[in-house]
Amino acid sequence: MIPGEFTYHRPASVAEAIALLVDHGDEARPLAGGHSLIPMMKLRMAAPEHLIDLSGVADLKGVSQEGDVITIGAMTTQAEVIGSALLTDKLPILRETALLIADPQIRYVGTLGGNVANGDPGNDMPALMQCLSASYVLAGPDGTREVSSRDFYEAAYFTALAPEEILTAVKIPVPAPGHGYAYEKLKRKVGDYATAAAAVMLTMSGGTVSSCAIALTNVGDTPLFAEEAASILDGSTLDRETVKKAVAAAEAITMPASDGRGPAEYRTKMAGVMLERALKRAAERAQG
Amino acid sequence: MSEIENLPVTMTVNGKKVQRFVEPRTLLIHFLREELNITGPHIGCETSHCGACTVELNGMSVKSCTLFAAQADGAELNTVESMANADGTLSALQEGFRQMHGLQCGFCTPGMIMRAHVLLKENPSPTEDEIRAGISGNLCRCTGYQNIVKAIQYAAAKLNGETFQEAAE
Repeated sequence: MIPGEFTYHRPASVAEAIALLVDHGDEARPLAGGHSLIPMMKLRMAAPEHLIDLSGVADLKGVSQEGDVITIGAMTTQAEVIGSALLTDKLPILRETALLIADPQIRYVGTLGGNVANGDPGNDMPALMQCLSASYVLAGPDGTREVSSRDFYEAAYFTALAPEEILTAVKIPVPAPGHGYAYEKLKRKVGDYATAAAAVMLTMSGGTVSSCAIALTNVGDTPLFAEEAASILDGSTLDRETVKKAVAAAEAITMPASDGRGPAEYRTKMAGVMLERALKRAAERAQG
Repeated sequence: MSEIENLPVTMTVNGKKVQRFVEPRTLLIHFLREELNITGPHIGCETSHCGACTVELNGMSVKSCTLFAAQADGAELNTVESMANADGTLSALQEGFRQMHGLQCGFCTPGMIMRAHVLLKENPSPTEDEIRAGISGNLCRCTGYQNIVKAIQYAAAKLNGETFQEAAE
C-alpha cells in the first residue's frame, strides 16, 4: 500500500498552483485533504507524477457572507464546516450533511472543495450543492469562471473542471430564513458511502409549499437534481398522494449500480424512502 | 533509479523537534514507525477505516496512514508515547483504560486513546452518545466498545475532578 513516486509541490498562491498544473498537464493532480486521492494512490489507481498540495494557499480557506451569498473556500475542512457559526445559522443543512460524512478523523482533514471537485458519485456534498443551487468558482490560466453545480457533473469522475483549473470556492445563495431542510442518508455503517441519500430544501407559506429543491446522492453516475419531483410538490400541502407522485418521479431518474450496497432496484426504492423521510423532516422544520 | 529528490521534513513530535529527509511518497505512519522508531501508532487496515494509526496533528485527530509526511511539515504531532504524566504515572485516559478494562488485545488502544484525548479536549463532559460518535472512526474487534466508552467516561470524570459512577445495568 505504498503509492507510486511523485514530485511534491506546495505552492503559496492559486496562480502558482495553476502554473504548475499548466506545466505538468495530465501528470499533475492537486491535493486537498487527500482522503479520496491518497487511498487511490495507494491502490495505484491514481499515479500522478506531480502532486500539488494546496494546503499552503491561505486564500482557499474560510467562510464568509457578502449580501445574499455565502462563499466557502475550497480548502475548508468538513470539521470547519461543522464548527462554523455562520453556516450553522444560515445553512444548517451543510452541518447536518457534513456530520454524516466518514468519521471524525477524516472530517478534520477532508475538504468541501475536494468533496465536490472529485466527481465521485458517492460523495455527499455534490447533491447537496445542487439542491442549494450552489456554484463553483474555477480558476485557470485565463482567469476565473463560475459553473453551476447543476451543470458541473458529467459522469463518474468526469466534471466540467479542466485539467489546468482549480476549484477555489463554493458560492451558495443564502436560503430564506425559516426554510425547512433535511439530508437523509442510508448507509451500512459509519464511514460508508450512501446506499442512497436525499437532500431537501423547502419553504412553506400558509401550509403549502412555496419553493422546493431536491437532489439525490449515489443512485447514478452523478448526483441527481430531481427537478420534476420538486415541481410536483410546489404549491401542494405535502399530502400523501402528491408526495407519492413526487417520490415516483425521483425514483424514475435514478440509475444505481448493483453492488455491495444492494441491487439496483433496492437502491432506487431506498432513494424514494430517503426522499420521503427528508420531506417529512424538512416540513417539520419549516416555519410558515 | 529515481531522480526524485528527498524532501526535508521538520516537525515537533511528542515535544521534540525532528528533521529528516524523506521520499515524497512516505506516509506519515511509516515516517513515525520507521524513521523515528515511534511504534505506538499501529498499522491496522491501511485504508483509513480502522483508526489504529490515529495521532494528534496540530490539535486534530488524524489517520496517519492517509497523510504524507510532507503534509505534516512544520506540524506539532503527538502520539500515545506522549500520553503518560511527566512523572511516569498513567494519565487519566490511560488509567481509565486500565481500570475499566478498555482493552483486550490492545491493538486499537493507541488510536483509541489519541482519539479520546482530542475528543475530551474539545468536549470535556461528553454524553455516552457523543463518545460513541467521537470514536466512530476507531475499530475494536475485542471489547464490543462497552468498556472503552466506560474508560473514556472514567477519564472525563477524573479530569473534571469527579468520581466515575458506573450507570446501573
